[in-house]
Amino acid sequence: MRIPDRSLGTKVMIGKFSTGLLALLFAMPASADWALNMPRGVTELSAETYNLHMTVFWVCVAIGALVFGVMIFSLIKHRKSVGAEPANFSHSTTAEVIWTAIPVVILLVIAIPAAETMVRIEDSRNPDISIVATGYQWKWHYQYQNEGVDFYSSLARSSLEARFKGADIDPFSVENYLLDVDRPLLVPVGAKVRLLLTSNDVLHAWWVPELAIKKDAIPGIINEAWFKATKTGTYRGQCAELCGKDHGYMPIVVEVVEPDAFVAWVKANEGSGEKFVSND
Amino acid sequence: MTTAVADTELAHDDHHGPDKGIRRWLFTTNHKDIGTMYLVFSLLMFFIGGAMALIIRTELAQPGLQFVHPEFFNSMTTMHALIMVFGAVMPAFVGLANWMIPMQIGAPDMALPRMNNWSFWILPVAFSMLLSTLLMPGGGPASGWTMYPPLVLQTGNAFPFLIFSVHLMGLSSIMGAINIIVTIINMRTHEMTLIKMPMFVWTWLITAYLLLAVMPVLAGAVTMLLTDQFFGTSFFLAAGGGDPVMFQHIFWFFGHPEVYIMILPAFGVVSEIIPTFSRKKLFGHDSMVYAAASIAFLSFIVWAHHMFTVGMPLTGQMFFMFATMLIAVPTGVKVFNWVGTMWRGSMTFETPMLFALAFVFLFTIGGFSGLMLAIVPADIQYHDSYFVVAHFHYVLVPGSIFAIMAAAYYWLPKWTGYMYSESAGKLHFWLSTIFVNLTFFPMHFLGLAGMPRRIPDYSTQFADFNLIASIGAFGFGMSQLIFVYVLLTSKKGAKATAQVWDKPKGLEWTVPSPAPYHTFDEPPHVGRKQAFE
Repeated sequence: MRIPDRSLGTKVMIGKFSTGLLALLFAMPASADWALNMPRGVTELSAETYNLHMTVFWVCVAIGALVFGVMIFSLIKHRKSVGAEPANFSHSTTAEVIWTAIPVVILLVIAIPAAETMVRIEDSRNPDISIVATGYQWKWHYQYQNEGVDFYSSLARSSLEARFKGADIDPFSVENYLLDVDRPLLVPVGAKVRLLLTSNDVLHAWWVPELAIKKDAIPGIINEAWFKATKTGTYRGQCAELCGKDHGYMPIVVEVVEPDAFVAWVKANEGSGEKFVSND
Repeated sequence: MTTAVADTELAHDDHHGPDKGIRRWLFTTNHKDIGTMYLVFSLLMFFIGGAMALIIRTELAQPGLQFVHPEFFNSMTTMHALIMVFGAVMPAFVGLANWMIPMQIGAPDMALPRMNNWSFWILPVAFSMLLSTLLMPGGGPASGWTMYPPLVLQTGNAFPFLIFSVHLMGLSSIMGAINIIVTIINMRTHEMTLIKMPMFVWTWLITAYLLLAVMPVLAGAVTMLLTDQFFGTSFFLAAGGGDPVMFQHIFWFFGHPEVYIMILPAFGVVSEIIPTFSRKKLFGHDSMVYAAASIAFLSFIVWAHHMFTVGMPLTGQMFFMFATMLIAVPTGVKVFNWVGTMWRGSMTFETPMLFALAFVFLFTIGGFSGLMLAIVPADIQYHDSYFVVAHFHYVLVPGSIFAIMAAAYYWLPKWTGYMYSESAGKLHFWLSTIFVNLTFFPMHFLGLAGMPRRIPDYSTQFADFNLIASIGAFGFGMSQLIFVYVLLTSKKGAKATAQVWDKPKGLEWTVPSPAPYHTFDEPPHVGRKQAFE
């Protein structure tokens, strides 16, 4: 019994509908719950990162639609139960050359803009502000190189009280649960901020998605990363390298503020800092 | 036309059948018995590792810490991975290799049968030691299966046992790999040139070389951890002039080929099953061999893609990005060839074929997230997030594990002599497929939304997808009990013929089902035509 060609058309329709739905979902402004995608972020490089991510994503969707489409068609049409007889062919050099060459071209098309972005990411020259960020088990220490401010930044009290096993506090009642600190990092909007990352004990990593920065904090090594935020706001991140029992409890909060607010904050905090003290 | 000499015990004058009782299993040098032991062991490890996964998913079902302490949670993630990688996936493929390679090449057994016995029996010792660390002061290892220093050096009493058990597992793998290479190179029957070998044998030959090359590297890495901890060296300790990042280089030089070790035999299995149930020869057989070899070669030059955030120079980042993207090409070639095999075939959908087809679909999805991970700027956002967890679980669970299931269903009638319950097999398949996607697909979203990995608790915006993943995990776990049912009732079905399926290719289908204890005591003659594919 022949399956009518209508099934092919139906399949194409379903494919178009799903792609449209997928596009709609991704275009929707992300509410925090049920978030499907990474943020575009607030720096030029975070936007470039987001665009690279979306480019490679759509390439994968296109290839997937093609391959899975062919597979589904074959699964329906080339079944013994509908009387399909097996064909005799078992190779095609032409096909092999084509489906090797085309993916190589696709990869080049993705690799070139990626490489350009990578060059820009590495260019940390001429920063306006330099901050040494040191990972500890289990908190961060920040030391502004020229502003004379330094302090530890630990999990906020509200989260601390709710995080323990058997604590009777509903996490949903805690604002920014596990993403809040007692003393956030303040930087002025539009300034090129260079982070110098290291660790006092084990590996940690500094990650703020909206700044598109993730860099390992390694004892004995100073790593560099930089960002230039184009919008004021509060941006939250977490430690991104397993560092022991409280790896999930040492978040990062960056507040990007107007320049005069930053100056005022520096004035209020300079010289009052907790000195760089070893843990042993 | 093959004229296999189906053997019986009467052909031997010193042999009265296998020993009885425990002596049979302790002292066997028979590749079928050893294969069975590997497979049973790996199934047990799969359930133990799975139980740990369920502990993880129970804690992660809702925000807040309800069930376990963070340090125990970390030991669960660590042990879950060590057990699944070294105790479930790898031994399962070795078990399949032991059962099937001699039969597929027309050999009477493996080249080194006594060493084969030892390769297996090391494993229960190694894993008893590893699991016992959960009961030691300080608990089990909790620094991730990747064992990065300096954190791993904070492990308590478990530390030397972790290192020793890794050494033992490595020893087992190395001896197994030697056995497989020597067997395949030396003991193929007449007229079976290398290029005529079945794909399962090819992929295992390549995998065995990978094992030989990288297991000693892992041994070196963990030995350096041991001496840093106990003998005053500073390989990885900055205070003594060492470099923590060097461990990552050494580990991942092992680690990346390791993941190909876990997938290449799966490719081989799928390349056997799809042709059988499409009633059509594998499309592009030679191309498939070259693609597998290319993947194996490339797997040695991409390791630092696990380390893009470590502070690597730009040139290094570029090289590893390009090399990693390149691996997508031969992998894609394989997927296209499987589809080319299906195309204009005459397919039926028995359980092995269902698992093999799901492999192609879902491994491809894992491959796509892998390509996304290769792009360095994007990886800066994905690294150490749940996006990575989603990627590797897609390639390992509906990838490797589904291929192992497919192989088990495919060859079970040959091993037992009976047809398993097809309806139970199909139920196992459909439930596994639905639940595996429910478990791991939401993890892509969690990673993109900013959830790091290896955390026991999370901010409330991640709650919804975590709950779905946990429900999926329990569903998947329960579904595997159906597989146990299939195995336990396997002798209740219809008797299996030698061929079992509809004209499958391969020497294993020329011997009776169940396969006699000794097969191919005389090497079979096969015609000049390619009888194997």
